[in-house]
This record gives sequence, structure tokens and C-alpha cells, in this order.
Amino acid sequence: MATTAKIEVQNGNLLQSVQAFLHMLMDDGGVAGLLTPLHMGPGVVMPALVTEPERLKQADPLAPAFPLNAARIAAKLTRGGSPGGTLAAVLRPCEMRAFTELVKLNQGNLEDLAIVSLDCLGAYTNADYRTFAAGREPREASNQWAGQLLAGRSPDPADLPLAKACRACEHPVATGADITLGLIGMRGAGHLLVKAHTPRGEALLAKLRLPDTADPTARKDALAELVAGRTAFRDEMFEKTRAATASMPQLADYLAACVGCYNCRAACPVCYCRECVFLTDVFDHKPWQYLGWAKGKSALRMPTDTVLFHLTRLAHMSLSCVGCGQCSNACPNDVPVMELFRTVAARTQEAFAYEPGRSPDEPIPLSVFQAKEFAEITGGRD
Amino acid sequence: MPATEHTQPAPDQSAAVAAMPDFEPTIVAFVCNWCTYTAADLAGTARMVQSPNVRLVRMMCTGMVDPKYVLKALLSGADAVLVSGCHPGDCHYINGNYKARRRIKLLKEILTGFGVDERRLKLTWVGASEGNEFAETVNHMVAEVRELGPSDARTMMAI
Repeated sequence: MATTAKIEVQNGNLLQSVQAFLHMLMDDGGVAGLLTPLHMGPGVVMPALVTEPERLKQADPLAPAFPLNAARIAAKLTRGGSPGGTLAAVLRPCEMRAFTELVKLNQGNLEDLAIVSLDCLGAYTNADYRTFAAGREPREASNQWAGQLLAGRSPDPADLPLAKACRACEHPVATGADITLGLIGMRGAGHLLVKAHTPRGEALLAKLRLPDTADPTARKDALAELVAGRTAFRDEMFEKTRAATASMPQLADYLAACVGCYNCRAACPVCYCRECVFLTDVFDHKPWQYLGWAKGKSALRMPTDTVLFHLTRLAHMSLSCVGCGQCSNACPNDVPVMELFRTVAARTQEAFAYEPGRSPDEPIPLSVFQAKEFAEITGGRD
Repeated sequence: MPATEHTQPAPDQSAAVAAMPDFEPTIVAFVCNWCTYTAADLAGTARMVQSPNVRLVRMMCTGMVDPKYVLKALLSGADAVLVSGCHPGDCHYINGNYKARRRIKLLKEILTGFGVDERRLKLTWVGASEGNEFAETVNHMVAEVRELGPSDARTMMAI
């Protein structure tokens, strides 16, 4: 059974308790470097690798800011050799799942990183977070926001909606993290729930000497309710997106505002190629090619290869898509990329009975094969 | 397999056929050097009757048919794509055809979601000595795609 402990919450100050826990990880847990979201300045939260616990005063894993998916950062910190000290990272569930995918692709290593994950309440888009944080003490704002949200009240005076990806996310709790911090369904308990899920998590937690507690049933119900709501939102989103992209010309219309900046690809935590083919001279077409295509179609939409780009990315990474929504967050023209990718990913992942990030031992479907399978693809012959 | 056995809806079918009565489909075929290409060669030298609608691209193995080759062909005006390689167990590179099968499976899932008829993407196993099988595959596919009509990606301004 997983070890379950608690951290007291003083005066409803959740962030203070989270910071205290992170402090303990460094002081008592022997963590030499801790990757955590940190306030960098007004309206800006970024992951930082903290080595001096004093710095944790600025740490804010509760902030409804999600400027990037830190799975890539976690991969950078663990790829190609030991860091020379115990590292820990505070990751959102979608970051954890994306990191697991990168580990399968040999682009990161689970051995050298202890992962701590909080219940994820979601986040705003970059633009909305700036509006949310404008003119407020940022930690205070996060704290209030989380408190209101957990109490089931509208979390923000301006009533900004959370990022669509977060509203459609059915994974508020991380799978595979060493330690999870439970916030949801803990109202009235006066403490946060700390759970260790792996031997490394157990060892780390043992060093902190936190008092034991039990998993309250209210938490289970609250989580189930949250997931049900998000799943309903997700399914409605799938339905709308399917209807909007039911044919190839409709898909082209859907992607019409794409300028080929490739921001979605850069922001995608699981777009795994070290060098993207769309940046190579494969797509440096000759002038006569453009004119030839244009003549064949009566008019050629420029820049070219944008539909091909998105379809290729779907073929490359939809099986590993964790639905973090950073593609939409990074799009300068508000192309609903996340909706499209999640909708297609649901289909491809189901076809291979695959769930990205579920387990590091589950191979990515295109990296393996079986001699006898999918006979329907070749008309029943295998 | 007779065309009537397919249950996949073909929304583009009737309108397209009505609009283009003399429609001749263009099919791009990525064929494996060791099996299907040799079979195609055999079908040719044996003077088997084949529809001239297929453009062959000789690959060293179906295992190197990147999904984007298929997507590019479909977006560039091909009405259908055929990928054809060695029978299971016969791959010159041991397992390339098994990898191809998973990729085609994936592509079919993606493309049918965008209303592309499943019959516009085909994977077959045709061995080096099966010239007749190759001619039959091609003739059957051409007839099927002629029924389906031109791909609606042909007239899209965007690629």
C-alpha cells in the first residue's frame, strides 16, 4: 500500500503548505536540485532549477500559468548522464505523461529524477494568465484562485475561462509520479494529502517524517465529479471538431489561418524528431513547382504544405499526444490545433489500444509490431 | 473483395461521378523492390493487361514508406495510394512489411476521420512471382477508385 501522509494547511494558505513541502524535500529529503514553476516577474511563471531552498519563496506550482510543457526540460535534465546529485521536479500530470513518452523514445531518463505532482486544477492560456495576474500579488492571486476553485466557486473576479485543453482534461492526477500532493476533495480536512507511489517516493517521504493519514472518501468523489465534468466537455469538443473536419476541404478550411510558423511543433512536448523534416530543403520547392501546382488547382494557397505539415505531425505524434494544449497556446493565429489533435489522437490511440504516459513499460505502437495483427488492413490476408 | 462489401460511407461518390463521366483515376503506388516491383515487371514482360493509371515508385522496402509520402501523394492530386510489399515472413529486411502495416493502419485511422474513403489507401502483399496477382490488384483498385470518383483533395487550394 502506498504511504499516505499529510501537511497541515495554515489559515487556508495552500501555497505556503506546498512551499513548505518543497522546502522539506530539499532540506530533509536531500534533493540537490528541484525543478519547479517560479515567479520570474509580473505575469510570468517559468520552471526553474532551484538549488537554494531560500528561492522557494518564489515557487508557485499552484499558479494557473502554463507557459510551456516542462516534459522537455525534464528530458534535458536527465538525458545522457547522471546529474551528479538527487534531482526532483514538480510536474503537472500532462507534463509527467509527456515525459514518460520521451523516456520511451530514449530522450529522457526516469532513473535520475524524482517526480512530484500536484492535483492539476488547470491553467489559463498565456494571454489570459497575464490578464489574470495584472496588478495583483501573484502568489496571493494563485492562492486565492486555487482556494476558490477547490471550494467550488468561480475562481476569478473577471471570470476568465481556463484553457480549453485543461477544461477537456480527464487526468487531474498524475500517473507514475513518485509523490503526489492531493488538493481536490481535501476541503475541511485542514491538510494536503501526500502520497508516495514508488519505492523512491517512499524513501523520500520517509525522510520527511510527516504524520500519517488516511485517504478521505470525499476526495474520491470530488475527483470523480471533476473528471466526469471534464470528460463531458471533451466529448462535446470531439463532436464539434469531427463535424468541422469531416472532409479534406473542410480540414483545409479549419487550418486556413495557419502561417506555417511551426510554433505548435516547437511547443509540442512529444514532437520527438531532433531535426524536423519541415525545416529541411525537402520543402524548398522550385519556382516552377509552385506554378505547376497552381495551374493544376487554378489557385494555390500560400504558404504551401501547411495541411501536409499538420497531417504529418498527426501521423508522427498523435499516438503520444497527451492533450496538454501547448500547440494552441503557441499558435499566433488561434487555429484550434489542440482540438484537432486531441480528436484525432483519441481515434488513433484507441485503434492501437494505447494510452500515452500510462506506463513507461508500454512501447509506443509504431516502435513495435507483431507478425499476426491487423489483418483487415490487407483485406484479411496476413 | 467486391466493392459492395464495404460499409464505409463515400460522401464524394455520386456528385463526383456525375461531374466527371470520363474520370480516369491516378494512383500512386509505393512498391517494394524485392517483391511487388519484380511482380510488376513480370506482369509487364508477360504482357498481362493492366490499367495504365498507376504511377509506380520503387522503394527498397515498404518499411521505408514514410506516412508523409502517402499524405503528400494524396494532397498532390493522387486519387488513391497503393503500398505493396512482400508477404509476411518474406521481407528482404526481415520485418519492414510489418512496420508498414502499422503505419498504414495509423494513416487509415487519420484519413478516414477526414472523410477520405478507406479504399483510397491500400496495402497489399504481392510476391515476386505473382505478376498476375499484381495486375489483378491494380485493375481491381482502378475500377474501385473510378467508382469512387476523383479525390476532393484535388481541387483544394491548399496542400
